[in-house]
Amino acid sequence: MRPLKIIVLAKQVPDTRNVGSDAMKPDGTVNRGKLPVIFNPDDLHALELALNIKDRNPETQVTILTMGPKRAADIIREGYYRGADYGIMISDKRFGGADTLATSYTLVKAIQKLSPFDLILGGRQAIDGDTAQVGPQCAEKLNIPQVTYVEEVVSFTDTEIIAKRRLDKGVETVSSPFPCLMTVHETSPVCRSRHAKQVMKYKYARTNTELKSRSTDELILSLHEARPYLGIPEWGVEDIDAEMEKIGLSGSPTKVKSVESIVLTSEESKVLSDSDADIEMMIKELIENHTIG
Amino acid sequence: MKSVFVYCEVEDQKVADISQELLSAGKRLAQKLGCPMEAMVFGTDLKDISNQIAHYGVDKIHVADDERLEPFRTLPHASIATKILKKEDPQIILLGATAIGRDLAPRLASVLNCGLTADCTILDIGDHFVKKEKKEYKDLLYAIRPAFGGSIMANIINWDMHPQMATVREGVMKKEIFDENYKAEVINVPVDEIVKDEDFIVKIIERHIEESDVNLKEAPIIVAGGYGVGSKKNFKYLEQLSDLLGGEVGGSRAAVDAGFIDHNRQIGQTGVTVRPKLYIAAGISGAVQHTAGMQDASLIISINNDPDAPMNKLADYVIEGDVSDVIPKMIKYYKKNAK
Repeated sequence: MRPLKIIVLAKQVPDTRNVGSDAMKPDGTVNRGKLPVIFNPDDLHALELALNIKDRNPETQVTILTMGPKRAADIIREGYYRGADYGIMISDKRFGGADTLATSYTLVKAIQKLSPFDLILGGRQAIDGDTAQVGPQCAEKLNIPQVTYVEEVVSFTDTEIIAKRRLDKGVETVSSPFPCLMTVHETSPVCRSRHAKQVMKYKYARTNTELKSRSTDELILSLHEARPYLGIPEWGVEDIDAEMEKIGLSGSPTKVKSVESIVLTSEESKVLSDSDADIEMMIKELIENHTIG
Repeated sequence: MKSVFVYCEVEDQKVADISQELLSAGKRLAQKLGCPMEAMVFGTDLKDISNQIAHYGVDKIHVADDERLEPFRTLPHASIATKILKKEDPQIILLGATAIGRDLAPRLASVLNCGLTADCTILDIGDHFVKKEKKEYKDLLYAIRPAFGGSIMANIINWDMHPQMATVREGVMKKEIFDENYKAEVINVPVDEIVKDEDFIVKIIERHIEESDVNLKEAPIIVAGGYGVGSKKNFKYLEQLSDLLGGEVGGSRAAVDAGFIDHNRQIGQTGVTVRPKLYIAAGISGAVQHTAGMQDASLIISINNDPDAPMNKLADYVIEGDVSDVIPKMIKYYKKNAK
């Protein structure tokens, strides 16, 4: 079987599943600084699916592609630790403020630079927005088919791939020719853990920005001299030949008009103990006003 | 005036609940705007389908009837929808935030080069002043949705790259027949002229739809458990109470993650949105992620060890105690007092 070329789209996200009380500023906006960042959970599932294909077809090449600020280079390193072959970082201040339309345009410009490819994998959605839009939007812009909500790759040949999809009320098995894009559902297998050998190899992988800005010690700099693979490529607007009006804020049709933090409305509640008398009283009230019975 | 447009999902000749909800919500927007409403529906054997749609106040229904259009596949549906939308040029397009809608909507937004707001729970019409341009934009769609894990509600607008698109969560909008005798113009879409062979390169090999016996959305009474229930075994008490009251059992994400209950019974922002007559929250602390999916229940009982649980603020009755102690007592006294 010929080796496949897979691109995994991954995003660094604030950990919205663990929003603490200090995550909101008094004015109701999100205090991003108070939220720890993580590898978007669904994207880890996508990485696992790619690595699983590589297990079955070892010459397969897995490239992890992320877009974000400087610290998002963690995503590339994490990808290496778990078995990715290459990592590319899209990072430029001018990409900031992008909604899903501008994001998909930017990703597609980078993907086109990485062409040809067979398969693009990404998580179904990212937990900071839960929109599930970027995958299908990339597929449309690349003019390739999309297969959403994948939980298992059943089989693949040189020309097509068969996958099982998780739907609202069931499962569906579909075939698609290459190239195609798949979004991966959280019910797919969880990602394998880091591989010690890979961690040793890529521990000092850095982007140029990181090398320059951090108080990088001499050791890391000399390692980078000796081992070029430690350099994480960093692509800006010019590198991917992006049009300014299609990226960042200006390429984003959707704008936030206002945000409101959710305050639970506190109406008067009856507070009862767990005594028999209290519970019987409540049950009687509910029966009398026809809520139950 | 440009219309409000609804993509209707259909299976086995029946228009999906979510689409009926969207038509109702779409009509309310169209009335505020004083514009017509249009719908599109793609499937197989759709001869009488317009009868299920028109009475929501739809002026024009685009029907694409072809055996290749069911079950749903992205590419043929996207091709046909794109063709219709480019011709009709609506101001607002609504789809369900379902497996189908969330697959199709972004593909359409990309090809139409417009904004799309996902998973809205409130839709409204309003104005917006853009400071930079010193210009007031009138009658925009306010697409309001929970964001950041449900901790905030964000009002998303799009003033310059129309159409304005949104997907809407299932079970959030009220179904409302507009006029039983409303007459719609029905347009038969020439499918063969639009779709190409390449639209069918993704093939469905096998399809297994589980006719779910879980119907949380329609249940008048829901007994829901959270992490505080403690174990799968303790969930049996919830099942007993729910069986007795003629309700359904549900759970929070924490309870699903802990394996106490199946994921198809999850209530909340990820999961089902419900609005029952009675909601019994057992051992559920009340994270916004969960309350976003149940806060419209008419009556809420919260059973919790923690007197400060956020759920208690929503509740009409708060019972401070252990779930495994309180629920059996509720069963006992219901049996004793029910007629």
